[in-house]
Amino acid sequence: MIHSLFLINCSGDIFLEKHWKSVVSQSVCDYFFEAQEKAADVENVPPVISTPHHYLISIYRDKLFFVSVIQTEVPPLFVIEFLHRVADTFQDYFGECSEAAIKDNVVIVYELLEEMLDNGFPLATESNILKELIKPPTILRSVVNSITGSSNVGDTLPTGQLSNIPWRRAGVKYTNNEAYFDVVEEIDAIIDKSGSTVFAEIQGVIDACIKLSGMPDLSLSFMNPRLLDDVSFHPCIRFKRWESERVLSFIPPDGNFRLISYRVSSQNLVAIPVYVKHSISFKENSSCGRFDITIGPKQNMGKTIEGITVTVHMPKVVLNMNLTPTQGSYTFDPVTKVQPLQIKSTNMGCGENYTTKAPKS
Amino acid sequence: MTDSKYFTTTKKGEIFELKAELNSDKKEKKKEAVKKVIASMTVGKDVSALFPDVVNCMQTDNLELKKLVYLYLMNYAKSQPDMAIMAVNTFVKDCEDPNPLIRALAVRTMGCIRVDKITEYLCEPLRKCLKDEDPYVRKTAAVCVAKLHDINAQLVEDQGFLDTLKDLISDSNPMVVANAVAALSEIAESHPSSNLLDLNPQSINKLLTALNECTEWGQIFILDCLANYTPKDDREAQSICERVTPRLSHANSAVVLSAVKVLMKFMEMLSKDLDYYGTLLKKLAPPLVTLLSAEPELQYVALRNINLIVQKRPEILKHEMKVFFVKYNDPIYVKLEKLDIMIRLASQANIAQVLAELKEYATEVDVDFVRKAVRAIGRCAIKVEQSAERCVSTLLDLIQTKVNYVVQEAIVVIKDIFRKYPNKYESVIATLCENLDSLDEPEARAAMIWIVGEYAERIDNADELLESFLEGFHDESTQVQLQLLTAIVKLFLKKPTETQELVQQVLSLATQDSDNPDLRDRGYIYWRLLSTDPVAAKEVVLAEKPLISEETDLIEPTLLDELICYIGTLASVYHKPPSAFVEGGRGVVHKSLPPRTASSESTESPETAPAGAPPGEQPDVIPAQGDLLGDLLNLDLGPPVSGPPLTTSSVQMGAVDLLGGGLDSLIGDNNFGAPPAAAVPARVGAPIGSGLSDLFDLTSGVGTLSGSYVAPKAVWLPAMKAKGLEISGTFTRQVGSISMDLQLTNKALQVMTDFAIQFNRNSFGLAPAAPLQVHAPLSPNQTVEISLPLNTVGSVMKMEPLNNLQVAVKNNIDVFYFSTLYPLHVLFVEDGKMDRQMFLATWKDIPNENEAQFQIRDCPLNAETASSKLQSSNIFTIAKRNVEGQDMLYQSLKLTNGIWVLAELRIQPGNPSFTLSLKCRAPEVSQHVYQAYETILKN
Repeated sequence: MIHSLFLINCSGDIFLEKHWKSVVSQSVCDYFFEAQEKAADVENVPPVISTPHHYLISIYRDKLFFVSVIQTEVPPLFVIEFLHRVADTFQDYFGECSEAAIKDNVVIVYELLEEMLDNGFPLATESNILKELIKPPTILRSVVNSITGSSNVGDTLPTGQLSNIPWRRAGVKYTNNEAYFDVVEEIDAIIDKSGSTVFAEIQGVIDACIKLSGMPDLSLSFMNPRLLDDVSFHPCIRFKRWESERVLSFIPPDGNFRLISYRVSSQNLVAIPVYVKHSISFKENSSCGRFDITIGPKQNMGKTIEGITVTVHMPKVVLNMNLTPTQGSYTFDPVTKVQPLQIKSTNMGCGENYTTKAPKS
Repeated sequence: MTDSKYFTTTKKGEIFELKAELNSDKKEKKKEAVKKVIASMTVGKDVSALFPDVVNCMQTDNLELKKLVYLYLMNYAKSQPDMAIMAVNTFVKDCEDPNPLIRALAVRTMGCIRVDKITEYLCEPLRKCLKDEDPYVRKTAAVCVAKLHDINAQLVEDQGFLDTLKDLISDSNPMVVANAVAALSEIAESHPSSNLLDLNPQSINKLLTALNECTEWGQIFILDCLANYTPKDDREAQSICERVTPRLSHANSAVVLSAVKVLMKFMEMLSKDLDYYGTLLKKLAPPLVTLLSAEPELQYVALRNINLIVQKRPEILKHEMKVFFVKYNDPIYVKLEKLDIMIRLASQANIAQVLAELKEYATEVDVDFVRKAVRAIGRCAIKVEQSAERCVSTLLDLIQTKVNYVVQEAIVVIKDIFRKYPNKYESVIATLCENLDSLDEPEARAAMIWIVGEYAERIDNADELLESFLEGFHDESTQVQLQLLTAIVKLFLKKPTETQELVQQVLSLATQDSDNPDLRDRGYIYWRLLSTDPVAAKEVVLAEKPLISEETDLIEPTLLDELICYIGTLASVYHKPPSAFVEGGRGVVHKSLPPRTASSESTESPETAPAGAPPGEQPDVIPAQGDLLGDLLNLDLGPPVSGPPLTTSSVQMGAVDLLGGGLDSLIGDNNFGAPPAAAVPARVGAPIGSGLSDLFDLTSGVGTLSGSYVAPKAVWLPAMKAKGLEISGTFTRQVGSISMDLQLTNKALQVMTDFAIQFNRNSFGLAPAAPLQVHAPLSPNQTVEISLPLNTVGSVMKMEPLNNLQVAVKNNIDVFYFSTLYPLHVLFVEDGKMDRQMFLATWKDIPNENEAQFQIRDCPLNAETASSKLQSSNIFTIAKRNVEGQDMLYQSLKLTNGIWVLAELRIQPGNPSFTLSLKCRAPEVSQHVYQAYETILKN
């Protein structure tokens, strides 16, 4: 199982280490740095690296590398999922998962890591439980603590930990009982040169924010559940009920959580709300070229488009470019060669186009 | 104020200052100091000097301070073992605390202190905690057993903790069950032989119940544990699958993949006709696709696993090609994996889409990716024959781009396409030659030189081209040098008049001026061949090359089956069995897919043959040793049937014949009124063979009335040569599967065990489909009959003679080698019947020099009987004509590697001599096909 964890920042400093079994020397990270150098780009570091005695499984989140050291045969997905969970927890506790935030709260981080993993086995990863064990830092609490001498460590066993619903804590009380659901859908499409869709699918999630007292039992039904090709549920959802009636029935955790994520891949159902056309040309005997892209809304959609951001990843050989958008604002980052263009309009005209002149090296 | 203040140091010795603060009277100050210590620890600073001072703070009722001190202890106890003892008392006291949180914390921390002396004190509190009334404490204690085992395994066993841990599997709380399973799995990993996780239907049931209720991590432990279980029949497998399927909808991808592993493994046991099998296949696809929308790291692991799944069961994802299309922002490691899977899924149905995508990829900017994309186009051409033409034209388009590495990569793959489809696309050679100068990589240069040499007769200026390469001969890499040498010799053999000078030049360069032994030796061989016997040289150098196989990078089936059992683990990411990389051989347990033991199948399948034998097999009393029934009993009560399904073994003793003969005739007369015509004489003619073994063989023959002719067993390995082991055998073909029937006799004085078999590479890729299973040790004078299933997916190497098979057999005494010739007709496949029109066209298409004529003498059969005899061995008569009183039979057959052989058999009534004309694109098989005809017709 998971032996050790190293947190490494972008400049390659190991700024935190935690060992759950015997101590593994920092030098093991040299193999990671080697792989990082080879990969050139931070995003391209392979997630599983083998070294003579250990395996390094890493994730890259918020400009930090979470590198875990393992020694025996374990499911790498297990480790990766866990590392993401660690990052999520930091995010949840400190508002951001950055080097500064972690250094500022190093003791809490340490306590959290100890609480999340025991001997390499995950212990408590539900944020509701963790928050009962270790209270998140707030200004008010630190003031109170310094006056009363109490600590931010809970001294009773979290109630939810052992019940059949470990995700919910007991005794929740709100004066205003409310529940919010955000449905976020992402259309993922590959459009070929001629503008026709090669592949399109919808990745959707329903994020919930539940502030209800006691033990609420909720059910949520869809107009047309057959559209969903594959769903992944939060553990709170009763699977049997979904199988038989296609109704989501659940006792929710308290606070923010992801209720379900789903995928719609039937080609004919996925309509892309914009059209994209482009042309690219190079001048003969010159290192310059011209790149046009035209984007406009499709009229047949029910809703108007409120804003569009176009991001173009230019190859590394591009040195500089002149942009002339017909609408919106643009920037160009010469380091990452990314060129985002923002078009915000409540009522978009029939076509936007902008021209890029890109001298190549 | 934030914790970053703890990192700031003052100039005056930091340790000294901390020490003072730790010993302060004020609680608040103490806590701050400990926090500072922890902060230093996190960045790897050594603060072990403060050990006694920190331990002094342990006796506190402040939980946070206690936790911090515990954190410190875990890190440094090992470096200060003597001081650590000081802490023991507090631990023992804390284990009795009324607050379960503190009890659990204490037992948890104690397990993390890796000091031998402490472990002794740990046993009592741990025992109490394992039986604690609070499940939170119990589950922590379960993990603690695993920790303790890691430090001192003997102690854990002596104290009986393992049994307590096993009891926890039946605990009422699912979380405790999950942790107990996790702990046991970890302990079992370091003791592969111990039977710690003794899984039986009852415990499986408990695990399945706990599965629904425990945390996601617990579910992973339980699923991984379930995967090690082998259900007793397909019904149990199905019921487990049904209960595991809901896990596919879990949000945690590790749970999903572990569930996939269990399903993939148990599916092996389900019959394919079952409705449930189809449902399950459909359910597996969506979760696998969903894994691809996760973070790139997860995608990578998922893709590596999908790669395995696609090879094992391509039907699961065959409609999901599009999800593997590369996205512009995928990291490179994801892109390369996706490309690999795209090729595996490529089929005639989707090839157009795939090619269009690949063509796009070939114009990307990332060099590695582009190379692989170009290579992928070539692999598509080789895999999907119908697409070859489009692939070639795509490759030509890419060559026109003149992008250096694209051109080079394209030339390398075009060489492979030439090998796969000879005489089809040579028209593109001219285009290739235009790019000769731009090639700078050895592999591309070697490929180009090969093409020039191979097609020297069609390239007018081949000599000039090769000469230009020769100029810098010594600067080339070995690969290119070798290829150049061969190509020039080929050129010389094709155009001897103009190139004499060139060949002499290259031979002298290779033999005299080179330090490379490979190059020098090859040069000498060519030189001698050319100088002594140019005709032989021509035959050797210009010999027809075997066609290359479709997918060279497929994982070998046995390894694939093993890897399927490791889905979701590191092994699946590296595509290597854990034994190949796990440190120190720990946890090296070979896992294998469960054999298909369908309970509902009818008894005519060979594997259940023993059950069809007379009821005398299961007597109530155990007879005396040496008795026939005793042996049968041994056979039945032997190790559980974990072997390959086709294995039938019987034990033979001297007394058998008496009863055996009777049984044989009895069964033969009553039950099998029409045994396969060819099979009976073979049995009768078998030199050694007991009635019982025949009984089994005949039983297995029932379902296979079309079984082809089986030669009598011949002695392959005499006992004298193999330290007492005598092997005789023959080859059979029954309903599409080839097997090697072996009879092993122990003529030595000692018991033989540990049999294994291996084949050398051979012309048709014959390889054992399952390991050689000899269940019981072979005692002296004992004989065992084994049917070893074979397949033809092994690696291919042309042998001389063509049907030569080199075999190595190993037992506890030694390794023995022998070679045998297999009759070619075992390779004739069932669908070898050619369409009439096809036959005519092919017959005309094959050049006349490929025709071979043979005489079959002394064969008193008429056309009908000959035809039906041949038909049972998969030689199909397509048409029959009568020309001038002679019967002409037109026949076709196909070999396992897809080579068609067309035959014309001329039979004159009254004349026992037949004339056989064979036409085939690979004329070297003709001789052996003729031999097959002769044996089939004469028996």
